[in-house]
Amino acid sequence: MNPANYLVLSGLLFAIGSVGVLVRRNAIVVFMCVELMLNAVNLSLVTFSRIHGNLEGQVIAFFVMVVAAAEVVIGLAIILTIFRTRRSASIDDVNLLKY
Amino acid sequence: MDPLLLAATAPITSTSTGEALTFWIIAPIAVIGALGMVLARSAVHGALMLVANLFCVAVCYLLQDAPFLGFVQIVVYTGAIMVLFLFVLMLIGVDSTESLVETLRGQRLAAAVLGLGFAGLLVFPLGKVIKDQPAAGLEAVNQAGGGNIHSIARLLFTDYVFAFEAVSALLVIAAVGAMVLGHRERTGPKPSQKETLRKRIADGGVLTPLPGPGVYARADSADQQPALPGAGRGLTGGAPAPLEPGGGSPAGDGAGETGDADGDDPPGATDGSAPVGAGKGSGL
Repeated sequence: MNPANYLVLSGLLFAIGSVGVLVRRNAIVVFMCVELMLNAVNLSLVTFSRIHGNLEGQVIAFFVMVVAAAEVVIGLAIILTIFRTRRSASIDDVNLLKY
Repeated sequence: MDPLLLAATAPITSTSTGEALTFWIIAPIAVIGALGMVLARSAVHGALMLVANLFCVAVCYLLQDAPFLGFVQIVVYTGAIMVLFLFVLMLIGVDSTESLVETLRGQRLAAAVLGLGFAGLLVFPLGKVIKDQPAAGLEAVNQAGGGNIHSIARLLFTDYVFAFEAVSALLVIAAVGAMVLGHRERTGPKPSQKETLRKRIADGGVLTPLPGPGVYARADSADQQPALPGAGRGLTGGAPAPLEPGGGSPAGDGAGETGDADGDDPPGATDGSAPVGAGKGSGL
């Protein structure tokens, strides 16, 4: 097996995540799809790090993880705040960013 | 990729059989998990599918000489972040199903076609270009720094120290932001104990605590008539025993008596002749 197969897996996961973002309506599920895309990118970073024999890819993947954690915290807090005012977690209900 | 560099560090053209075997087991599970998350009707099922997928990605990290990232993935993602997701799912309500009506016509079909095209665009040229490219491998780099974690730490605190500090500031800002977003300002004054009690009485509900399960009474109160097992509605229902002292036999007093007794009750206070065991499920 060639190490490039990990890149193929990463591309598949990214495409599935993007389809999920396009199709699903529940804000939390959309958010989970974004997480999946971030993970696919991380996997490709780690694979490129191995292909090039250079650890910087792993360091950048680590930074991506930290930023993703911060993003999850803020994103879920925003979803909760919207749910409090709208009583809905559907992204179709927040098409007007007013009131 | 520099061919001289590759020649110097013994490139990997083909991984070991064990790694290949693990990959071919792990990769389909990862893809199935991702597909399941997109396709699952329930958001909680989707979250569990995502956990499986993240775990598979962590195994991929471990296979590729990245043990630090692999374990961070398991601890942070499948541990902390997914628990946070499930917390918010439970807060919002797991039964809030999303509407299946398409607001844009043909959106799903277009998204599927787009996704397939995107996947093909990503996978096929990529696979063709890098199919026979050898990989440099990380053993030499990891050994030089004294292990994977030491090497990453050295990079993190020398070349990437500014990014490291910026990211730590970002984490603090995110924590403060989550607190600000989660905080709710109280609009009215806090109700005192007296007001709470008055409201309870005005609502006309049961004032006393409800009795435990299996007790044939509607409340833990002496003025509430207990119910007898055997008669009444359902399997567990029973007719209320007569309250008057020295009254007739409980079996003799039929439904008419209980109906009269129930008619005197304030509305909403008690619910027919159901004992608490059944009343909690059916009536209240």
